[in-house]
Amino acid sequence: MNKAYLELSDIHMSFTRGGRTTQVLKGIDLKVRQGEFVALIGHSGCGKSTVLNIVAGLLKASSGGVIVDGREVNEPGPDRAMVFQNHSLLPWLTVYQNVEIAVNKIFRDRLKPAERKEWVLHNLEMVNMSHALERLPSEISGGMKQRVGIARALAMKPKVLLLDEPFGALDALTRAHLQDEVMRIQSELRNTVMMITHDVDEAVLLSDRIVMMTNGPSATIGEVLAVELPRPRDRIALADDARYNHYRHQVLQFLYEKQRKVETFGAGRSAPAMASRAA
Amino acid sequence: MSNAETAAPVRIFAGTDTMGWTHRIGTAARGVAATVVPPLAVLCLMALIWEIVGSQPGASLPAPSKVLKDTMELIVHPFYDNGGNDVGMAWQLLASLKRVALGYALAVVAGVSLGVLVGQSTWALRGLDPIFQVLRTVPPLAWLPISLAAFRDGNPSAIFVIFITAVWPIIINTSIGIRNIPEDYRNVSRVIRLNGFEYFAQIMLPAAAPYIFSGLRIGVGLSWLAIVAAEMLIGGVGIGFFIWDAWNSSRISDIILALVYVGVVGFILDRLVAWAGRRVTRGTSVA
Ligand SMILES: Nc1ncnc2c1ncn2[C@@H]1O[C@H](COP(=O)(O)OP(=O)(O)OP(=O)(O)O)[C@@H](O)[C@H]1O
Ligand SMILES: [Mg+2]
Repeated sequence: MNKAYLELSDIHMSFTRGGRTTQVLKGIDLKVRQGEFVALIGHSGCGKSTVLNIVAGLLKASSGGVIVDGREVNEPGPDRAMVFQNHSLLPWLTVYQNVEIAVNKIFRDRLKPAERKEWVLHNLEMVNMSHALERLPSEISGGMKQRVGIARALAMKPKVLLLDEPFGALDALTRAHLQDEVMRIQSELRNTVMMITHDVDEAVLLSDRIVMMTNGPSATIGEVLAVELPRPRDRIALADDARYNHYRHQVLQFLYEKQRKVETFGAGRSAPAMASRAA
Repeated sequence: MSNAETAAPVRIFAGTDTMGWTHRIGTAARGVAATVVPPLAVLCLMALIWEIVGSQPGASLPAPSKVLKDTMELIVHPFYDNGGNDVGMAWQLLASLKRVALGYALAVVAGVSLGVLVGQSTWALRGLDPIFQVLRTVPPLAWLPISLAAFRDGNPSAIFVIFITAVWPIIINTSIGIRNIPEDYRNVSRVIRLNGFEYFAQIMLPAAAPYIFSGLRIGVGLSWLAIVAAEMLIGGVGIGFFIWDAWNSSRISDIILALVYVGVVGFILDRLVAWAGRRVTRGTSVA
């Protein structure tokens, strides 16, 4: 493995709530190359979002550090753009304005107004949302909202793109459609991406490496699986591909044999995507 | 559409358009009828009963027909001005509206600012909220003597009473709105690094706008309630004192006319703020 572009070193994280401290993350170490697509998978509540929020700078790790492009990061910034599970568009702004607010802030000094406008339009074009620029988030479907969220993140020209279960709330068809779109955009832009998912197929289809987390509390990285499938990848062709099914099998084995979820206490929400796949 | 006749598309277009218009006018007319006819019918019925009761010999209140006859002068000449307090109803109402506008504007500025403070800071919440909760229960008129003592003049006192009446619901609703801003919006603003002012103007105010406007709407209603009572006590031009004056000189018909005007103006004020709220918060309340 050559030089790391994004590096998580020995991250520990504990939360204190009502006087009780629980360790959520224990010694997370990960190196991600530039342009690499990494999926983070693990049972619900193990601490995947916590990892991503620490990389984003939205949470501060109890110890350990994050280095992006040779520099340690401590606070949130547009170089680590995030797409949230529930889209988090601002409901009073139109589709166009939701991207514009980020572009205007980030490129205020670097781009002229006309260039900024073009950049907003370009990114919305990339996710096929040019037809709904003047719509409000309440007037578009869930899949469209996620597209706008992705456009907003891409428009920040991030060094690292962070996706927290971006398609978790979508139906299977819309999800497949957006996955294809992400693959297409990724082949164009070669972003460095870290994506959380509950979906084994999604992980194998999209990523270069799958990082599998052990169960919490005190979760850490259990195994890392390199997915060496040629790109562009086609979901239908891969369905019968022996290597694809081998990777898929390995992830499932990790999740359901080595890290079988023991429902001891009612913490966290259930993971319907995985539950249905286990059957 | 598949037909290549040149005139056809034009005719089709014109046809659908007129159909659309008649359809739309029809729908609008039905809508108006549904909202206007029932209250109008009830109003007529009530006026009729009142007319019958009021026309009995020895009735203490005048019947509608008598009210109309007595106040015809006031109704047709709303803008007369004989100096002093002897001015038309329009001037009386405008004088009251001016006081409300001033007091309410001050309440909006102070209420939103304090609401933001209380909503943002846990310490401000702990320190100020209990005090607000006590003060807001003080009836508007109870503030009048103390403000007369402080300002030594009727007009600023009335404006102060409006202010103090309207400010509480604005503060409380604004602070609730601020406290309910989803964490996600905050995270978005942190990722794109909005500064304090940008966050206030671009995220906080619009996100809290539905709450702020419900406070503004309650506030404007209370202001209008308070002004009539306050003006009765401070005198001068204004619809409140007009009513009091009419009572002192036994012009019962004038009082009834004034009440109708007060009701209509209050209704319009309420609708105005509600309309502004809908304009500003388009989209937000749905999400
Ligand atoms: N602010 C917080 N305070 C206390 N505990 C927290 C906090 N945030 C997360 N936790 C706990 O940390 C653990 C990991 O949470 P996290 O959201 O990272 O899980 P996750 O893997 O993303 O789960 P999911 O797949 O359901 O999204 C959970 O047990 C959660 O209860
Ligand atoms: Mg999560």
